[in-house]
Amino acid sequence: MLTKEQIAKRIAQELKDGYYVNLGIGIPTLVANYVPEGMDVTLQSENGLLGMGPFPTEEELDADLINAGKQTVTTLPGSVFFDSATSFAMIRSGRVDLTVLGAMEVNDKGDIANWKIPGKMVKGMGGAMDLVASAQNIIVAMQHTNRDGESKLLKELSLPVTGLGCVKKIVTNLCVMDVTASGFELKELAPGVSIEDVKAATEGKLIVNGKIPEIEV
Amino acid sequence: MNKVVQNAEEAIIGIRSGMTLMLGGFGLCGIPENTIGALVASGVKDLTCISNNAGVDDFGIGLLLKGKQVKKMISSYVGENAEFERQLLSGELEVELLPQGTLAERCRAAGAGIPAFFTPAGYGTEVAYGKEVRIFDGKNYILEHAFKSDYAIVKAWKGDTDGNLIFKATARNFNPLMAMAGKVTIAEVEELVQPGELDPNSIHTPSIFVNKIFQGVNYEKRIEQRTISA
Repeated sequence: MLTKEQIAKRIAQELKDGYYVNLGIGIPTLVANYVPEGMDVTLQSENGLLGMGPFPTEEELDADLINAGKQTVTTLPGSVFFDSATSFAMIRSGRVDLTVLGAMEVNDKGDIANWKIPGKMVKGMGGAMDLVASAQNIIVAMQHTNRDGESKLLKELSLPVTGLGCVKKIVTNLCVMDVTASGFELKELAPGVSIEDVKAATEGKLIVNGKIPEIEV
Repeated sequence: MNKVVQNAEEAIIGIRSGMTLMLGGFGLCGIPENTIGALVASGVKDLTCISNNAGVDDFGIGLLLKGKQVKKMISSYVGENAEFERQLLSGELEVELLPQGTLAERCRAAGAGIPAFFTPAGYGTEVAYGKEVRIFDGKNYILEHAFKSDYAIVKAWKGDTDGNLIFKATARNFNPLMAMAGKVTIAEVEELVQPGELDPNSIHTPSIFVNKIFQGVNYEKRIEQRTISA
């Protein structure tokens, strides 16, 4: 099984030189820690920052400089600030090369739910609906099952949908899967995890073709 | 024309119960602290507030919620506020949640004289209920309308007495969009200077959009997630 850090590390292998990347809150944020040495990746934060730097030192701390998770951050050489409409212009027009999001549920058609649990939790969608409606390349980072051990990879969503048919790849604590026209296609297995383990934890349609390699992190 | 008012109390003269207000800020970053304080003290109620977030329990718009001065919130994310959640679940508070980019564009459209626009965000979700769907180049889009608001209340870093504004870092967020969108726009600034002191190349909001301006006092600038690198 992968830790949260290892999930982030595996997703970082999908980065390419020159990418503009938007990272969601939670595990996706950790991807920033594993950008390969020498690779030029620019992080977009939808509250209005392109070129997000690391957390500040005590001396650098600035209440006016935060990321979309409301954490204090810094700029880097070449960073730029802009208003929220410009930020979502970048997102809707497809300039962001990779979006990494957390999810409560994903179904085998690539629909995602991550903004609301009726009657229990209403936090809102933030920028997630804009991102999933327009991004070409969306990777979901999440645990394979919920706290009750139930699959989060489903035939049909039980929670209100955030976006339709948008998820391309999923990295969980158990495996890496691509969302294809025929369902969740198993691509890689976490160390110590069997195909049977993934089958047992996946409610949606799972496709296993040939020998499945182990995730290298 | 004199746009300068002495303080937030003077700036909010004209804001009455039942009005729709736009309030700038993302989380607690770039919020009009002084004017929110004056609204709380004024006791004005039944407000509809358009703002990306709803503050926290004891700061920002959270203070207006605590005083039960808000009838309806229009936001994209409201996750940091327990009192908000209580009022919502008990039915005291009406809430309309929108995708953040849609919220921003509905402000921008209002300020740009554009009555409505199509966006893909929210297609196939609850957000699309009752909204017109149109297909462009094979993709589904929903019709969203420009916001209508009585007052826009924004916070800038620097401003001049004509009403030109400059925002700082990510405290910009929704502020310049809302500044363009209010029937009346109130700007509170950290530093108010004379015309000519701001570089015309660096101004974010042109003075024409601003009706009242004042230099705020005692900015707390509370940080929600204080993250420090070792």
